[in-house]
Amino acid sequence: MSAEHGAGDPAPDPVPGPTAMPGPGAGSGEPVTITVCPDGPLLVRGGYELLDGDDRPIDPGRATVALCRCGASSIKPFCDGSHKRARFRAR
Amino acid sequence: MRQPQPRGPLGEDLLAVLREEPGTPGAEARAAALPAAARAAVSRAAGVLGDDDVQLSLFVLHALHYQGVDGVDDRWESDPELLRAREVLSGALEAQLRAELPADTVPGTPQSVADALFAMAAEDDGPSLARHLSGRADDEQAREFLQLKSVYQLMEGDPHTWGIPRLSGRAKAGLIEIQVDEYGGGSASRMHSALFAAGMREAGLDDSYGSAVDRVPAEWLAGVNTVTMFGLHRRLRGAVVGHLAMYEMTSSVPSRFLARGFHRLGLPAAAAFYDEHVEADAAHEQIAARDMAGGLVVEDPAVAADVFFGARCVLHLDALAARHALARWEAGESALRPATAEPSRRGAAELVR
Ligand code: FES
Ligand SMILES: [Fe+2]
Ligand SMILES: [Fe+2]
Repeated sequence: MSAEHGAGDPAPDPVPGPTAMPGPGAGSGEPVTITVCPDGPLLVRGGYELLDGDDRPIDPGRATVALCRCGASSIKPFCDGSHKRARFRAR
Repeated sequence: MRQPQPRGPLGEDLLAVLREEPGTPGAEARAAALPAAARAAVSRAAGVLGDDDVQLSLFVLHALHYQGVDGVDDRWESDPELLRAREVLSGALEAQLRAELPADTVPGTPQSVADALFAMAAEDDGPSLARHLSGRADDEQAREFLQLKSVYQLMEGDPHTWGIPRLSGRAKAGLIEIQVDEYGGGSASRMHSALFAAGMREAGLDDSYGSAVDRVPAEWLAGVNTVTMFGLHRRLRGAVVGHLAMYEMTSSVPSRFLARGFHRLGLPAAAAFYDEHVEADAAHEQIAARDMAGGLVVEDPAVAADVFFGARCVLHLDALAARHALARWEAGESALRPATAEPSRRGAAELVR
């Protein structure tokens, strides 16, 4: 939960670009679900917050994100569809 | 959008009707002749997918249901004779697509539907415009590509949005989850159509909807007409879902090539549109395949086969359009239709737009 982005804050109106902000549902208390997509990414929904190794927020850019679990993506931590060409297999 | 130029006898008749005021005896008489003119255009065509008179006329009839056509009375949208003419054309389009595409056996669980759709996408061996743009296309071909794409991308998401009230449960929620992203999460500047418009402006192109229609050949209009036809018919709700699913499933990897090409050509705004699609559509394809398409197959088995029909249409029509453009470029020609002189019938008010 992030102190700067409580549930009562006004919704930000982001513009394109690398503006760091937590997941749209962060701090909402909404349950987080993670779907393990067979042969593909982890699909994350709900009140998650995405942080880097130094605990800085990573802008997910959208409410539902696909996180790479095959290691082949060029935009990690996000999936870019490279798991298909990499023939990643994990059900 | 601006009134386009007709491309044959049907388009001539249609645009003449649309310039009249609905309800007047002259207009009604001319409108009543349109369904027969549409049937004649279909029988003249060797195949409707590549027929310019048919595709342009259907595109104009469809535009009445989106944001309209400049100088055309909004009441024409629901004129019964125009609707009849539209059904003649879209019926011929649907019939040709069904005749050209194989039928699939439909699996019974959401995950097996997703697996089958991913396998269909993986087996596709259609020509790749994205690879050409990535490494070889020159500046002029890149600008042509943006114009060809603009007839869909400047209204990105809109045809599939018509599917929302026709679905329920998991399929509906999945479609909405995707569409929210297409519409920029509610931020006008982040709407995918707005990102594309910025790319057009950067390339020195007119970003108003339909500005490029006169330059866009039938093979490219056919793709937009097909998804609009799916969106406008509740009967085809399976196809609109399958179409969006395959559209998303064939987007993130080609978008990476396209982003690379536009970066190479010094067009960062167009590149940003495709960079956004690399990331967005890697998530969308998972939602689309399992929740939306898989959910619909389970909830609404009557339209399950059409989910696969809609998906196959994407691959089929993308290949048709890509083959067309690549053949032209390989021959050293433009992939666009020739620019025509401004017709005399247009008034000064329209010329200043
Ligand atoms: S899981 Fe999709 S690129 Fe790694
Ligand atoms: Fe999009
Ligand atoms: Fe998408």
